[in-house]
Amino acid sequence: MVPMNLIKNFILSAVAASLFTVTIVQSAEVVNVYSARKEALIKPLLDEFSATTGIKVNLITGKADALLKRLQVEGSATPADLFITVDAGRLHRAKEAGVLKPISLPALNKRIPLALRDSENYWYGLTLRARPIIYAKDRVTPDELSTYEALAGNQWNGRICLRSSQSVYNQSLVAATIDAIGSEATQDWIKGMVNNLARAPSGGDTDQLKAVAAGVCDVTIANTYYLARQIKSSKPTEQAMASKLAVFWPNQLGQGKAGRGAHFNVSGAGFTKYGKHPKQAKMLLEYLASAPAQAWYANINNEHPVVTGVKISQTLKGFGSYKMDPIDLQILGQNNRQAVQLMDRAGWR
Amino acid sequence: MFKSHGLSIFAVVIAAFISLPVIIIASYLVKADGALWQHLFDTVLNEYLVNSLLLLLGVGAGVLLLGVPTAWLTSMCSFPGRRWFSWALLLPLAVPAYIIAYTYAGLLDFAGPVQTWIREFTGLSYGDYWFFEIRSLGGAITMLSLVLYPYVYLMARAAFLEQSVSSIEVGCSLGYSRWRAIWSLALPMARPAIIAGLSLALMETLADYGTVQYYGVSTFTTGIFRTFYGFGDAAAAAQLAASLLAFVILLVLLERYSRRQARYHSAAESRARADLIPLVGSKAIMAVAICLVPLILGFIIPATQLLLWALFEAEPLGWDFVVLAWNSFSLAFLAAIITVLLAIILSYAKRTKPIKPINTAITMAGFGYALPGTIIAIGILIPLAWADHKLMALFEYMSWDSPGLLLSGSLVALLFAYTVRFLAVALGSVQSGLEKIKPSLDHAGGSMGHNPLAILRKIHVPLMRGSILTAVLIVFVDVLKELPATLILRPFNFNTMAVRAYELASDERLVDAAPASIMIVIVGLIPVLMLHASITRRRPHLHEKF
Repeated sequence: MVPMNLIKNFILSAVAASLFTVTIVQSAEVVNVYSARKEALIKPLLDEFSATTGIKVNLITGKADALLKRLQVEGSATPADLFITVDAGRLHRAKEAGVLKPISLPALNKRIPLALRDSENYWYGLTLRARPIIYAKDRVTPDELSTYEALAGNQWNGRICLRSSQSVYNQSLVAATIDAIGSEATQDWIKGMVNNLARAPSGGDTDQLKAVAAGVCDVTIANTYYLARQIKSSKPTEQAMASKLAVFWPNQLGQGKAGRGAHFNVSGAGFTKYGKHPKQAKMLLEYLASAPAQAWYANINNEHPVVTGVKISQTLKGFGSYKMDPIDLQILGQNNRQAVQLMDRAGWR
Repeated sequence: MFKSHGLSIFAVVIAAFISLPVIIIASYLVKADGALWQHLFDTVLNEYLVNSLLLLLGVGAGVLLLGVPTAWLTSMCSFPGRRWFSWALLLPLAVPAYIIAYTYAGLLDFAGPVQTWIREFTGLSYGDYWFFEIRSLGGAITMLSLVLYPYVYLMARAAFLEQSVSSIEVGCSLGYSRWRAIWSLALPMARPAIIAGLSLALMETLADYGTVQYYGVSTFTTGIFRTFYGFGDAAAAAQLAASLLAFVILLVLLERYSRRQARYHSAAESRARADLIPLVGSKAIMAVAICLVPLILGFIIPATQLLLWALFEAEPLGWDFVVLAWNSFSLAFLAAIITVLLAIILSYAKRTKPIKPINTAITMAGFGYALPGTIIAIGILIPLAWADHKLMALFEYMSWDSPGLLLSGSLVALLFAYTVRFLAVALGSVQSGLEKIKPSLDHAGGSMGHNPLAILRKIHVPLMRGSILTAVLIVFVDVLKELPATLILRPFNFNTMAVRAYELASDERLVDAAPASIMIVIVGLIPVLMLHASITRRRPHLHEKF
């Protein structure tokens, strides 16, 4: 067995380490972040921020709802200053839960369009994520496609792949559609689409893209950055897959709601109500909306910047320009529950 | 007598403390939201229940089929490679379920290398040929069976090792065929151990989220998360989780029933062992094949694929991997020591005074094993944050500097979560170790004037060193693989290998997740190999012979 004194030393050092973890959060020039954005997709920016300002950034990543629950339970004692999510619906949920506080940043109000931030300054969008239709070039022509709603038509029987309705991206697509065409029409649309599925939903967006490329189905709905990642991949198999796919921007033409524009969502951040470092948090948020940070998002994770005038990559440009659904993003949060119920009823797993 | 009373009270207090998160979750049941339940009842609940039951049945059958015959063969028969198999069959224990699921999906789905090769070779396109759909209930059952069977194997093998071949021979001489003898003598004698392993595997199955979610199978557990994340309703999610406890109680009752009045003390501490049943010719080939299947499918294929991805395709490892490995290792080690110490105290209290309050408290303390880590985490955050608020108020009253979130914001929360989640594993091993020690030894110690703690330290712990080590090592591996509770409860700037693997995999970068995944497997191998060494060392006479 392991010698007893080794164990003793080990326990002591581990206890010391755990205490250390608590104390570093206490020092003055810090900002504490709860982020639903994955570490790989935010840490480089935070490191850059620390390097330029000397402010240390402490980070916990996790799932948005779990972090939100943590914020709620911690209440006034929370160490978090900034709450970052990858979906406007969750930011709205946080606002409703009373864990955020409004802070107006005039500089950002000027640069970020009103549609991409909370009207009461509870949160700001940081990147834009479009969710268009993606199709197999050899089996579908663009003129067969028109709107999200048209995917419920009979001609798509057995030709659609969809990710699970567990995905927040699909939930917010449905939430936006409820706002556009009402819950009954949305219910019919989902039922039609589910009937047209080539296979039961499983895997993530990338898996749907692979399925379309491999011929399991002909169309899917996916966030563009997943496709962009495959296009830019250094692996020949990924490139070959991506070369079979193309983006179709739905709901661009037509009168009224049919021409409302493609669905999009934002990743964004809000200030926590009981944050202890508001000044540093403001600086960090302003940094995340700055031109270099926005360009980083566009080039590393292929997300669209929220501020105008930032150079985007050739891959993103290649997807073409499109009209966005001008929905008030907090509706995504308000309709989320109803969206999940409709999906449950339609049997969208 | 007073001392023994003190131990009982101490044990009940500890058990109550560990049950606290489960009780908090169960308490949500009284605040049920009628409308939401009606919706779930009308739409998805039925599917959740049916799928969860099928999953339990499938994994149950799978782990028995993979675990019991291999345990029998490696402990009772002699065939080429027996000694090697006896430890190699433990290897899948080191592979987390969600990682084996990702790996096989990458390998076997329509876009993976196998099916792509079939299409290129035959010129067929998707749909023209039949291929096993890995992303399905059947796929999920296969994956979970492949990584969970070692629980059954481990326990069954330990039980078989204690039986002597001579009892089978006696059965044969009394006119039983060899199979009949196995069926009606050896298996019933090993039943408590097999059921204990089975119930661990099934509780782990109930708690699994990663595998079923990735394979698109809606179970009770994915329903809990859908309710939490989709409806934004943690309370309703907790209620669903509380109803999951009904399944658990069923499993616990099953285990109890199977043990009933039986007592399983080994008749003699060291017993001469008859020769193993020799297998030759086609029988030996069969034995090798039976042992190879779980090993190849559960370890060699996924580990090789991960290694290939890690070496040739993934982004290379950075230095922070050392930090991640250390975090994972130290946390798992610490959690294992704490959990097993508590398990020893609880089991021993139960042995000295098998009264109802203690039995109930201990049973409840083990329930955490079947609840998803995320739900446990919420059940832990609530009381710890409450305690933190009280502490901060106290510090303020004393005009000291605020300590911050001393409990809920530090590793304390994580260690608490691991204890709640994995106590059942430690209890299982420690209790079975204790049961084998004859009560007459306790009486002897007592009559020599030792108090219960001294008896525990001087008599029991040395006698059940093997069981204790087994418990430590299994909890270690389990913590190493644990993801959901770690994700929610970890402090600032603290990551583990499991968190890293998860983040990359959930960002749909499976290949880049491979280095972290293979590291979990490699670090997990260390205790698995130690486990084997300890089991063998317990029976030196076996070692000498082969």
